Amino acid sequence: MGKKLLTGLNQYTVNIIIENKPLIRDPEGETILRDLIIKNGVTEVTKVKTAKLLKLEVNAKDKENAKKIMEDMCNDLRIFNPVVSICKITVSSDS
Amino acid sequence: MKIAVAVFPGSNCERDTFNVLKHNLRIDTDLIWHKESNLNNYDAVILPGGFTYGDYLRGGVIAAFSPIMKQVKKMAEKGKPVLGICNGFQTLVEAGLLPGALMSNISLKFICKWTKLRVENNRTAFTNICMKNSILNMPVAHQQGRFFIKNENLKHLIDHNQIVLTYVNNKGETSNDINPNGSIMNIAGISNEEGNVMGLMPHPERASEPALSPLRSADGLFIFKSMLNYLKKA
Repeated sequence: MGKKLLTGLNQYTVNIIIENKPLIRDPEGETILRDLIIKNGVTEVTKVKTAKLLKLEVNAKDKENAKKIMEDMCNDLRIFNPVVSICKITVSSDS
Repeated sequence: MKIAVAVFPGSNCERDTFNVLKHNLRIDTDLIWHKESNLNNYDAVILPGGFTYGDYLRGGVIAAFSPIMKQVKKMAEKGKPVLGICNGFQTLVEAGLLPGALMSNISLKFICKWTKLRVENNRTAFTNICMKNSILNMPVAHQQGRFFIKNENLKHLIDHNQIVLTYVNNKGETSNDINPNGSIMNIAGISNEEGNVMGLMPHPERASEPALSPLRSADGLFIFKSMLNYLKKA
């Protein structure tokens, strides 16, 4: 359960990660892998994907409700472009 | 005949566009702040280039939710010409008026250079006075201009003649090395199926006076004059 608020709702921390779909090229990730990581000898790394992270504080009845509000928001407000991106939503009680 | 040029926080090409329409072509034109919710008096609307809302989240996505966009959608539905230039193109895509996505350039660099464009479709509201396959010189200036669309939707674009402009070399051929941003099929501009909504990454307003062009050309005028021709026939 998240932090209890005076309104009776709970406060949750939400992370939204927006990243390219698997088949969409990510030149930033490719450059980090090629020109920073491998060139400097860390050859164990085989793939780097960059992403955008949005960190939100959300007041909701419970975790499921917070997730639903976030899913609707991501779709309605085009937080990600579904042609090229996916978004992953995680809700936690930490604030 | 009256044209609206929309202005959002962070637009920076609206005055160039206004200048071409008002002073070069002598068309009644107004700059319209994005909070305006009534465009009933206008025959066409142009979304100019720039960096609306700092390109936060993605180029054009926040502007796509501005009050003016409801009117822009209505105008598009009525068959009125709607043109998105650069950031305006991104806004039209984010508003769902054009398909696909505009991603960061494959080089990740901001690219500012003159390009050659081949007219693939001369039946749109913005290319109807061009010859098919003719070449237009216009500059690009963007960081998020790599047009992408899923294969099945790309086929739809091709089948419905929605690819309007492509980047080409001096011989008028598409090739990878001339592609400035990694766009699929060298696409520089597309339209909706009806041809009254078009988005393009190059800047016609920066290519409408010979004094501004290294080639002394004014090819950008073809885009605006086509729009006027379309409106005269409407």
